[in-house]
Amino acid sequence: MSDATGPDTFDGPTPDNALRQAKKTSGPMLAADGTPLKKSLSRALRRQKMRALMLIAPLLLFVLVTFIAPIADMLFRSVENQIVSETLPLTTEELGNWDGQGMPPEAAFEAAYYDIFLAAERKQHTRLGTRLNYELTGASSLFRKSGRGLDDIGEVYQDQFEDLDENWDEALPWLELMGDPDWLAEQQEWAADEDGRQPRFELRDGIEEILPTTAREFAAFARFQQVEDQKNLLEEEPWSAVHTALYTDLAAGDMSSYSGPRADMLQAADALVASPEFETVSFLDGFEEIDEDWMEPPIWQTIKLYSPNYTSGYFLNSVDMQLTPEGAEARPDNERIYMLLFKRTLFMSMVITFSCILLGYPVAYILSNLPMRSANLLMILVLLPFWTSLLVRTSAWKVMLQQQGVINDVLVWIGLVADDSRLTMINNQFGTIVAMTHILLPFMILPMYSVMSTIPPSYVRAAKSLGATNWTTFWRVYFPQSIPGIGAGSILVFILSIGYYITPEIVGGTTGTFISNRIAYHISSSLNWGLAAALGTILLAVVLILYWAYDRIVGIDNVKLG
Amino acid sequence: MPDTGTSDAFVAFERVQKSYDGETLVVKDLNLNMPKGEFLTMLGPSGSGKTTCLMMLAGFETATHGEIKLDGVSINNIPPHKRGIGMVFQNYALFPHMTVAENLSFPLEVRKIGKSEREKKVMRALDMVEMGAFGGRRPAQLSGGQQQRIALARALVFEPELVLMDEPLGALDKQLREKMQFEITDLAHRLGITVVYVTHDQTEALTMSDRVAVFDDGRIQQLAPPDELYEAPQNSFVAQFIGENNTLEGVVKEISGSRCTVQLDGGEVIDAMPVNVSKVGERTRVSIRPERVEVNPDLGEGAHTLKAKVKEFIYMGDIFRTRLSVAGNEDFIIKTRNRPDQVRLSPGDEVTIGWLPEDCRALDAQ
Ligand SMILES: Nc1ncnc2c1ncn2[C@@H]1O[C@H](COP(=O)(O)OP(=O)(O)O)[C@@H](O)[C@H]1O
Ligand SMILES: [Mg+2]
Repeated sequence: MSDATGPDTFDGPTPDNALRQAKKTSGPMLAADGTPLKKSLSRALRRQKMRALMLIAPLLLFVLVTFIAPIADMLFRSVENQIVSETLPLTTEELGNWDGQGMPPEAAFEAAYYDIFLAAERKQHTRLGTRLNYELTGASSLFRKSGRGLDDIGEVYQDQFEDLDENWDEALPWLELMGDPDWLAEQQEWAADEDGRQPRFELRDGIEEILPTTAREFAAFARFQQVEDQKNLLEEEPWSAVHTALYTDLAAGDMSSYSGPRADMLQAADALVASPEFETVSFLDGFEEIDEDWMEPPIWQTIKLYSPNYTSGYFLNSVDMQLTPEGAEARPDNERIYMLLFKRTLFMSMVITFSCILLGYPVAYILSNLPMRSANLLMILVLLPFWTSLLVRTSAWKVMLQQQGVINDVLVWIGLVADDSRLTMINNQFGTIVAMTHILLPFMILPMYSVMSTIPPSYVRAAKSLGATNWTTFWRVYFPQSIPGIGAGSILVFILSIGYYITPEIVGGTTGTFISNRIAYHISSSLNWGLAAALGTILLAVVLILYWAYDRIVGIDNVKLG
Repeated sequence: MPDTGTSDAFVAFERVQKSYDGETLVVKDLNLNMPKGEFLTMLGPSGSGKTTCLMMLAGFETATHGEIKLDGVSINNIPPHKRGIGMVFQNYALFPHMTVAENLSFPLEVRKIGKSEREKKVMRALDMVEMGAFGGRRPAQLSGGQQQRIALARALVFEPELVLMDEPLGALDKQLREKMQFEITDLAHRLGITVVYVTHDQTEALTMSDRVAVFDDGRIQQLAPPDELYEAPQNSFVAQFIGENNTLEGVVKEISGSRCTVQLDGGEVIDAMPVNVSKVGERTRVSIRPERVEVNPDLGEGAHTLKAKVKEFIYMGDIFRTRLSVAGNEDFIIKTRNRPDQVRLSPGDEVTIGWLPEDCRALDAQ
């Protein structure tokens, strides 16, 4: 027992005190070499601190790389949603002007055509489809189909232009029309030996005013070929989206005053577009051709809802809600699962923690009151589970608890249970609770034991000498002093069990699985990492809240590991 | 062994033995009777079985053999919490999770005493140890001495007739210890309680007790009031253990009544009082207290003198402490008071020393 000295009564010449002292005196105190004392002292301290920092640096780095960074990444993934706006930049912009009611304007279809066409070339439309499929079932196949189907629209124009002039399907004429002449010269020079970096495509001055859509689409085409596919632009015929764009520009503008390169070719095409025989397809019809679903509002609404770079969608999903044009609302009953899983996880973790307390307390008590040698022996028994693999232990419980298992056999044998009504003790909550209690028990016993072994026996004797019965002694004197051990053990077991995965996976069946099993499913099977991240983040938040609550109710300094 | 008689004994150990491991006896044949109101101290070196005796009396250890009686009733089978014995532990054992007042209230609560009555008694007990203002504090917020007072108050608050204290002052510094020694005896006498006090500090035992039981090797070596213990030790162990003591070894030559002659190993023959010798020819150890030795004595009839050589002279303020070489004993100490006429010896001096035969006790040779 310590004397009643306050925490900060140490007023000897410690570095800290010296600093404090230095602050108090008005003029700067000088060290022997004339530098201000404060400065030379803090320099000395800094050296100490640097040394300390260097000692912990490897661990710090390790933790940073393997722990903090992944957690930060996870937190980020749970709200990150750039894929929609990156893959469909034009569409999201168009949909921004749409009120979300009924069908979007034709311009949105046009934007979607160009976006999905490019995405299909880059093979990103299926990824986007998968992403949107989390929110709207069917989006995945819709995008896959569209990637193929959109060619049909462009080919109508491509074929007509090609029939008019073969040059419309050649690389060089296009480059002369669209490209900067200086660049083209460089490109041709480079093409001679294809050595070094391909000169980046540049649009010809003024072409953007004359053919705005074509310029945009041709630039996208050129960038894709040069950067992503590493092709020589001189050998690549433009894809059909460029022809579609050309038709749009020609239909909108007049080329008669154009006098740049390939003027005759362009003017001929303009005349063709103006002629009544020219066949056109509206974007709306094109999309309808691909899939009727494009004619329904939901897919457009979903794209609009998820066009921001960051979304609360994953989190809403994690709590059985969804984003709708009217705001967040609860999912239909048959789609709710996560709240149930969260509640079940919390409930079962509490049951497991509580059973660990019930089973562990007496063991820890005996351990701490036994003479050293027998205590060590018993301790080995307690730690024995750590020596076998977790999988083996869990599987052992499967053997014990299953319907044809050891326990049922024994119960049938002694006649407690009829052979045709064997108990179901595995693949349900009961099995998970039993197996996890067993596995986590040492984590409860160890902190309890280390706290209990610091309770001097004289307290118990004192209580008895004061007239307390065994029970009163235990309840009023021993138990309160063992609470820190229970607290530490409970926090440990609860936090471990709330995120437990293997055991519920093996023995949990459908009613005994935890939220972590769902997280694992989304990580490795459905690949919906955003949702997995949101679920994980919520789990982390729950743990932190419980920790905080525990601190408020019991006090965290009341947790001791010895 | 002197007994106060079983009839009026309040606490009685009768032929009590104790073994922890079934092989060695930690307490061997303990017999002890205490009248009501006595302050008895168990004094002895560490490991001599004092705590064990106290624990048997409190009920935390069971006697392997023999009977312990409280107020005439055997308490061997009464559990500790029903014995109604107050106890003060060496580390105080104040419950750390309760305030001082709650600590004191605890024994009253388990006795189902009403709240107002409880508060009154707690207050009175706190005032008794001059700690009235500290009821709301936690034990950890008190100094060692304050904790000690609270432990005392807690052991007394339920008004036990018998209070046991196991080295209660062992953790305090010297000054505080002396102050508390006085306070404890004062309190004990005022309240008229019976106290069994355990210590290994002989000064504490001598200053506080009505009687002292000197323990060694699981036995009571001597049970006597402090003055008798000091002046008339019954055996060599007690003589050595209590106070400072000079010994000279020799053989008994002759015994006649209250006198015997002892031939020391160096050949000198001296007179002594036979205490623990029974027959001629027996080896003996003669014990003389340092302050009873006179230098260049003028002691008259019957006194014996021996030649001595001064080895060391230590000035201690109130006394002089001189180490001599006497009859082969190089560590013969004498203490003389610092008086103006007192001679100050210096190393190398040859002197004659002497003492009265009554002060020279022939004890067992061990
Ligand atoms: N609980 C115990 N188990 C075994 N031996 C013990 C126990 N308590 C004390 N002893 C032994 O009994 C002897 C007497 O101990 P104790 O009564 O504590 O002596 P003291 O209090 O006089 O120092 C010692 O040798 C000690 O080792
Ligand atoms: Mg002891």
